[in-house]
Amino acid sequence: MDSLRNSLRRLNPLSTATADAETGTGVGVEADADERGGLVDRLRRSDFVESMPFWLPPTALVLLFVYGAIAWNVVISFTGWSGLGQPDYTNFTLEMYRQMPADQDFIASLRNTVALLIAFTSASLVVGLGLALLVDRKIRFESTFRTIYLLPMALSFVVTAIFWSWMYADPDGLINTALHGIGLEALAYDWLGDPRFRLAAVIVALIWQFSGYCMIVYLAGLRSIPDDHYEAARIDGASTLKLYWRVIIPQLRSSTVGATVVLMVFALKAFDFIYVMFGTNPGRSVDILAVTMYREAFSASEWAYGAAIAVVLFALALTIIGPYAYTQYKRGAL
Amino acid sequence: MTADTTTEPEPEDDVNGDGDDNDETQGHLARLSPGRIALYGGLLALVAAYLSPLYSGLTTAFKSQDAYRETSPLQPPIDGFTVDPWLTAASELAFAMLNSFALTIPAAVLSALFGSLAAYGLTKVDWRGQALVLVLFLAAVFIPYQAVLVPLRQFWSMVGLSQIHPRGELVELLITHVAYGIPICTILFRSYYQTLDGELIEAARLDGASLARIYRKIVLPLSIPMFAVTLIYQFTQIWNDFLFALVLLSNRANYVVTLELNALAGSMATDYSVQMAGAFIAALPTILVYILFGEQFAKGQTM
Repeated sequence: MDSLRNSLRRLNPLSTATADAETGTGVGVEADADERGGLVDRLRRSDFVESMPFWLPPTALVLLFVYGAIAWNVVISFTGWSGLGQPDYTNFTLEMYRQMPADQDFIASLRNTVALLIAFTSASLVVGLGLALLVDRKIRFESTFRTIYLLPMALSFVVTAIFWSWMYADPDGLINTALHGIGLEALAYDWLGDPRFRLAAVIVALIWQFSGYCMIVYLAGLRSIPDDHYEAARIDGASTLKLYWRVIIPQLRSSTVGATVVLMVFALKAFDFIYVMFGTNPGRSVDILAVTMYREAFSASEWAYGAAIAVVLFALALTIIGPYAYTQYKRGAL
Repeated sequence: MTADTTTEPEPEDDVNGDGDDNDETQGHLARLSPGRIALYGGLLALVAAYLSPLYSGLTTAFKSQDAYRETSPLQPPIDGFTVDPWLTAASELAFAMLNSFALTIPAAVLSALFGSLAAYGLTKVDWRGQALVLVLFLAAVFIPYQAVLVPLRQFWSMVGLSQIHPRGELVELLITHVAYGIPICTILFRSYYQTLDGELIEAARLDGASLARIYRKIVLPLSIPMFAVTLIYQFTQIWNDFLFALVLLSNRANYVVTLELNALAGSMATDYSVQMAGAFIAALPTILVYILFGEQFAKGQTM
């Protein structure tokens, strides 16, 4: 409790001052808030009341649309609702969850989701770190380079899916044309048609879109490392490689954590790109939970099963967000 | 400074690092070491890689059907140059572009405004629950929207705005975007308000100013740079959204541009030049915003 109060005080440098300001009706107040618990508490409550018009309407919207909807979704997943008509809220069953392990489509898309999550997140971080290190070498036209690498983040997934389906097109697309041009015909596959390559093709395109984001997160991290850390390492005679490996990269930990959370959570819901490229039924080679959920609910009208898959997705997201939100809260970073 | 043969960063080399350097080009080129040349070579190769999907799209968008089949996407559109794909795509997408603007601008403004009010209420006044509310907001930023789609559709079909007015669906989508935009906007404003000088507000409180007056007179004017960041973030997010629109819009006349572009790509699956032109047209507003407000865009992305 004490640590909570401390962190709250850190959250709010004005806390004592504001409380004092109210007690004192404008005349110089120097009293210690803690010594007058009851009164201060009441005044805090009035602060609470006065601030309500500001935070209550937005908070109510968020509670209704985000948390209310999540709870409602869980309820629907227990109803067995499908087809036309309305869900029956009097009869609850675990049937939707029971049928998951036997559903090969579900298993395949769970596997693809995890593969996408791991491959996409780690590769984007590595590429983004590489970009950041290159851009951070006091280069000319730095902002131009940065602007180009980050540009894909400004585009909608619908747009990038259309660009990339043309990139991957066989045999006329840019990738296969280029492979033919340099005599590597043997490597010119039908990237989107061949089940072996579909998921990898999606991951490469998503790395293209997100590595610029990782770059700016890492750049912000690099720029916050004090110059004397570089100097000290150099005086110690560390080589450039060692300097980065031993001194710089360990200090980028919080950048890595932040970017990892964002990338992983994105990977769980990477719906748009796959839907636009392959439609609602992309096949087991590239199906992910976000697409399966949409297909079950909105194409097949298996509303309860779709809701149950959404609960699984939500639980996966929670295992990522939960620890992150908790540590942010503990550190008083909120 | 003598020629440096290692790849160590050169401290005198564009110290301000913002690329805004038109002086001393001559001297600089003379100082380029092999390591620096390799660095720039690598950076340029990456530029080519990052721009290649846009490049192949752009060349193809200016080619006639025959030309893009016969020439490589690497080739500029010299033989068979045409602007027809752009005209076709523009006439197909025009109504959806208007819908997107009508949706995106008010939704971005409202979510930013709500975010600012919530952040002010949660930052500059003291009560204990605020940390809990903030944790809820932070988690809401990351929640996969799949977890709310079925209830969302149920909710709006119960409210039935689309039965009242043919444009009702767009209003439903607008309210949805505002609600789901609030958490990120609040977090963005919150981190900014924490850095604001508290003394000014403290003094105003001592003078007996109400919270509303302090917001209007002090906090709101100081928030303008953050409004730019938040509005740009939300504009890009909402313009680019596909999932909510897919679930909530059923009437073709209400389609936003991402939905209509997907429909266009589906109906012209073999005509890549129209698809590419359409993709550029749909992306144009966000590309313009990005080029004009790159700094604010980057700030919003990194929170």
